[in-house]
Amino acid sequence: MNEPLLAVTGLTVRLDVSGAKRAVLRDVALTVDAGEALGLVGESGSGKSMTARAIDRLLPRGAEVDGTIRFDGRDVNALAGADLRRYRNQVAMIFQDPRAHVNPVRRIGDYMTEALRTNLGVPAAEASHRASDMLSQVGIDGGARRLRQYPHELSGGMLQRVMIAAALLTEPRLLLADEPTTALDVTTQAEVMAILDELRHEFGLAMVFITHDLELAAAICDRTAVMYAGQVVEIRESAQLHDDPLHPYTAALAAARPDITRTAGRLRAIAGRPLSAFEAPPDQCAFAPRCGYALDACRAALPEITELDGGLSRCVRARELRGKLGAPANA
Amino acid sequence: MSAAGGGAQLSTGMVVATPVTRRPRPLTGLRGTGVAGMVSAAVIAIATFVAIFGPLLAPYNPNLPNLSLAWVGPVGGHLLGFDFQGRDVFSRLLAGAQSSMLGPLAVVVLSMIAGAVLAVVAAWRRGAADAVISSGLDILFAFPGILLAVLATAVFGAGLTAAAIALSIAYMPYVARVLRGVALRERSQPYIAALEVQGSSATVICLRHLVPNLLPLIVAQGTIMFGWAMVDLAAISYLGLGVQPPQANWGVMISENQTGIVQGYPLPALSAGLCIVAVVIAFNVLGERLFAQAEAAGR
Amino acid sequence: MPDQATAPVLEVTSLRKEFGDLVAVDDVSFRVAEAGSVAIVGESGSGKTTIARMIVGLERPTGGSIAACGHDRSRPARSLRDRRRRGREVQIVFQDPYTSLDPRQTAEEAIDEVLRLHHGWPADRRRARVAELTELVGLDERQSRALPRALSGGQRQRVAIARALAAEPRILILDESVAALDVSIQAQVLNLLADIRDETGVSYILISHDLAVVRQLTEEVVVLYRGQVVERGPTPRVLDDPQEDYTKRLRASVPRPGWKPARRARPGPTPQEGSP
Repeated sequence: MNEPLLAVTGLTVRLDVSGAKRAVLRDVALTVDAGEALGLVGESGSGKSMTARAIDRLLPRGAEVDGTIRFDGRDVNALAGADLRRYRNQVAMIFQDPRAHVNPVRRIGDYMTEALRTNLGVPAAEASHRASDMLSQVGIDGGARRLRQYPHELSGGMLQRVMIAAALLTEPRLLLADEPTTALDVTTQAEVMAILDELRHEFGLAMVFITHDLELAAAICDRTAVMYAGQVVEIRESAQLHDDPLHPYTAALAAARPDITRTAGRLRAIAGRPLSAFEAPPDQCAFAPRCGYALDACRAALPEITELDGGLSRCVRARELRGKLGAPANA
Repeated sequence: MSAAGGGAQLSTGMVVATPVTRRPRPLTGLRGTGVAGMVSAAVIAIATFVAIFGPLLAPYNPNLPNLSLAWVGPVGGHLLGFDFQGRDVFSRLLAGAQSSMLGPLAVVVLSMIAGAVLAVVAAWRRGAADAVISSGLDILFAFPGILLAVLATAVFGAGLTAAAIALSIAYMPYVARVLRGVALRERSQPYIAALEVQGSSATVICLRHLVPNLLPLIVAQGTIMFGWAMVDLAAISYLGLGVQPPQANWGVMISENQTGIVQGYPLPALSAGLCIVAVVIAFNVLGERLFAQAEAAGR
Repeated sequence: MPDQATAPVLEVTSLRKEFGDLVAVDDVSFRVAEAGSVAIVGESGSGKTTIARMIVGLERPTGGSIAACGHDRSRPARSLRDRRRRGREVQIVFQDPYTSLDPRQTAEEAIDEVLRLHHGWPADRRRARVAELTELVGLDERQSRALPRALSGGQRQRVAIARALAAEPRILILDESVAALDVSIQAQVLNLLADIRDETGVSYILISHDLAVVRQLTEEVVVLYRGQVVERGPTPRVLDDPQEDYTKRLRASVPRPGWKPARRARPGPTPQEGSP
């Protein structure tokens, strides 16, 4: 089997939160093959955004990182200087709020071609030409005119497309998408998702797609990882995630969501609230207090990863509960 | 941007979406201003104490001239020597603290009340009222404080009252501008709208909700302005337009004793100057710290 | 189906709002039955939030009329007493839990303030009512005494709901009130809202872009596009069998198991993108 494009192992990150070093990620492990899309799903405090930032080396100063992140076989945290710049060309990131990440006083053209001109030494005219082409790929016509516009002249949805186009210009091999469609209308979201899917297949791009929406991740990602309290609790083929989840949290998350096709009586809400890594006790299953299947064994020790049916689950009872967690109908 | 969960502000300003229930409480109040802030607060406390009790603490009569002792250096119980009229400098400093601190206090209080009222009215009513108030303030901005003070003394005669009132008018637009921006932001928040929908009156909402949420900023602004006012009033007194000699006042003392500097007796003028500098720096430092705290006190 | 003969608790007729040249709301009419629950669905620029703001009096309609509990509220309230009375008819819960509470007030204080505004009750009666309301929304003692910064998003929304209910309104407008909450918390709050409606008979107007939430909480739905009503009807029918193109597109854009997004054949702006 080929080596995965991205391999994260034992990733633990501690940050300075209000004066103390607290864990925000604990022993995170995941892999992404070339051309594959991995969904990363979680609620508040799950650590999904933090994982992407760790991969892209965008953690705040003073962050303590343990574990390894290997991209194309090389240790990402050991990269420096020209190697690091090359790495950033190969791993692009797009964010939730495009307006916060695009300089409002510079033209779209400047923003899009910057990486090409400065890092890759592409001449300005050629860079603009490529930018214009990429814009039409994402569905924005009038290339040259658009490049001269300023960010405030474009709506949120269009700016997000621009950000995607800009990210793809350096021909990256991995795209980290941090909730890119959360702030968009549902029809715009569908359009942007379709563009991402199409371009991904066209360019053979691997992708880590971060979202709080389980269904959205399952729609365009081959596999989906579910995170809770700074840990990965399940990784599964997206197609099977809904019908045959391997972790009680995944099942509970899917069941808590209202069903658009049926009018249900009551939703099966999960008691309590999502925890962050540093709030969860380190020596037991973080989800145990809220889990309908918790036993004493769950509170005795941190559960190890169990491999099942091509997927992974951080549940002590994974094998036992197999087949029983699938989404039953809401009452 | 959807805001699922709470937010703990990290060093780079990134928000980690975490429920905030067990986060340690941020440092507020004086302890949060750091060492510099607390030292400044101590200096201010001493100055205030002296301002209140100065004349009682003065070891010698600050106003009795004795020309035979003019310019004599520190000797015996006279720590800082004598000024150009043979008065004990140290006693005069202690007595002078009163008018030196009272003036700025009046300026701060008057300008902050006037500025806050205008800012809140402009922010609450928005539209035409805001435009009129803002234009009026812009016009006032054009007048430097000292110029207004000179005008005031020309009209009302020299003295602390006229100068203080003139400076208050000059400072008001600064206060109003800073407060208006924040008031506008607060006023557009949903919690204010929720109270409007409840049927609460504008006055009640402004007094009970809008102004209290501006209070950290008001305190910070007031503290910084105290320092400015002190310098401006000292300058006005130095020019002979504010407090009149022989009344004890640090600004006046600089003016009275300035000839001593070139003659080789710098102590009287310099010590008065140092008092002003020390207190102004203390207010500035504390004010800046409080300002930063007010800004950081976000949701 | 709600009984047509009972007077509706809210009636909106030919509502219109212009902001300069922009027509944000164009000839919108609908009614809400006693104890009913209506969703107003749309995307950015549909005018749904503007309609909500006009109903509660935060914006003034350019044309048309709004009547709640039989009283017209198309024009601003004339007196403070009038404003308070309107507050007892229609209340609102906003989307952002982080800015919809005064950061300096505890939950108890916020609710108490509303009670003092509407009733001349003595302190112990108010205290009892505050306790009833916090219990109704599922807040424990610690949470009721806490400042907003010590509460999570879901808890803050509960406070906002309790505060709105303190006025005992006949209609509660939920302006994307669960959109900013985590999925598991959203489920809790949706259950809570359903319970409240069962217990108190309050009517809901749910402003939302999330069709699954709409299905969960409402019986009727009005679909808006660029300020106009494009479709309306019973929620199950509109969502299972949309008639209009826009509604179909909206419905088709919702992710679900097996969903595969497809680019639209005809390139062009979605409502959020406006005109290029």
